Amino acid sequence: MNYPPNVRIVIVPCTGRVAAVHLLKTLEMGADGVFVAGCLEGDCHYQSGNLRAKKRVAYVQQILRSIGVDPERVHMYNLSAGMGPRFAEIVREMTDRVRQLGPMHAAAGVKAEASKH
Amino acid sequence: MIMAKAKPIEEIINTITDFDKILLAGCNGCVAVCEAGGLKEVQTLASALRIYFSQKGKRPVIDEISLTRQCDKEYLEELKDKMDSYDAVVSLACGAGVQFLAEMFSEKPIFPAVDTCFIGVTQEQGVWSERCQACGQCVLASTGGICPITRCSKRMLNGPCGGSENGKCEISILVNRDVACGWHLIFERLKKLGELERFKEPAEDKDWTVSRDGGPREIIREDVRP
Repeated sequence: MNYPPNVRIVIVPCTGRVAAVHLLKTLEMGADGVFVAGCLEGDCHYQSGNLRAKKRVAYVQQILRSIGVDPERVHMYNLSAGMGPRFAEIVREMTDRVRQLGPMHAAAGVKAEASKH
Repeated sequence: MIMAKAKPIEEIINTITDFDKILLAGCNGCVAVCEAGGLKEVQTLASALRIYFSQKGKRPVIDEISLTRQCDKEYLEELKDKMDSYDAVVSLACGAGVQFLAEMFSEKPIFPAVDTCFIGVTQEQGVWSERCQACGQCVLASTGGICPITRCSKRMLNGPCGGSENGKCEISILVNRDVACGWHLIFERLKKLGELERFKEPAEDKDWTVSRDGGPREIIREDVRP
């Protein structure tokens, strides 16, 4: 399974653990985009963790819009642990999207590791 | 408790755009419970502001803190040693906290980050609703525990008025959501309690000077003063 190497994976027990601040911090610290990969809707082991994450992603997109950042830099995907090829496809899709948007912190001259691609 | 909601970020940005060292001060009291101004909201706002300014090529210092409460001096005093390091403070507390902070640090520009809305309850997670208008003379004993000052859109003491229909207040059309008629609720509750006699006698005139009509209020308890 091949996917672009410039993606850093942060493992959480459930996407329900992901708060708005985690997504924003990621962008603040230099990443050009971030996606949340949750279980398929209806398949959450904690019942509604992925649905909560979905709402938080939408909330963060709203914040990004209000500060003049393209909300497409943050995205939510749903896939199961057995869908390896789909994961690779998502990473490629997200990487392409972020590449098109360009680096986050160009204006401030921040050399973020994630902006090298 | 006191309920508030976050101000639009654009509004906050406009107030602080000329400052280089900014402290975001949350309050772990009421506004933390209604998820508008606690530590979590401070962190989220701080991160969003840093991203915004970084996009503009600016790198202001934006520090984060959340106090136990901002409506008590002993907690505000925790900021005493830090205050000199900042040009401005953005408070995520309710209006009372923002003002007390401004009184205590009178030389420092203090800006609100939330809109303080009402005294209310957590109806369910993510839903908060008004229950009390702090009128200064509680009438709940004679209204089945339902406040006519808050729940009746006209604050009537002897309702319902002619605008009540099927248990809904006539303002429902205006505000585009179902608003229960406060007096309908009171009637139903008193009926359940077998206290409908209450409706035979109109309520006595209310002293509104103990409410907002009497100006800013104060409670002095000599027995607990030092």
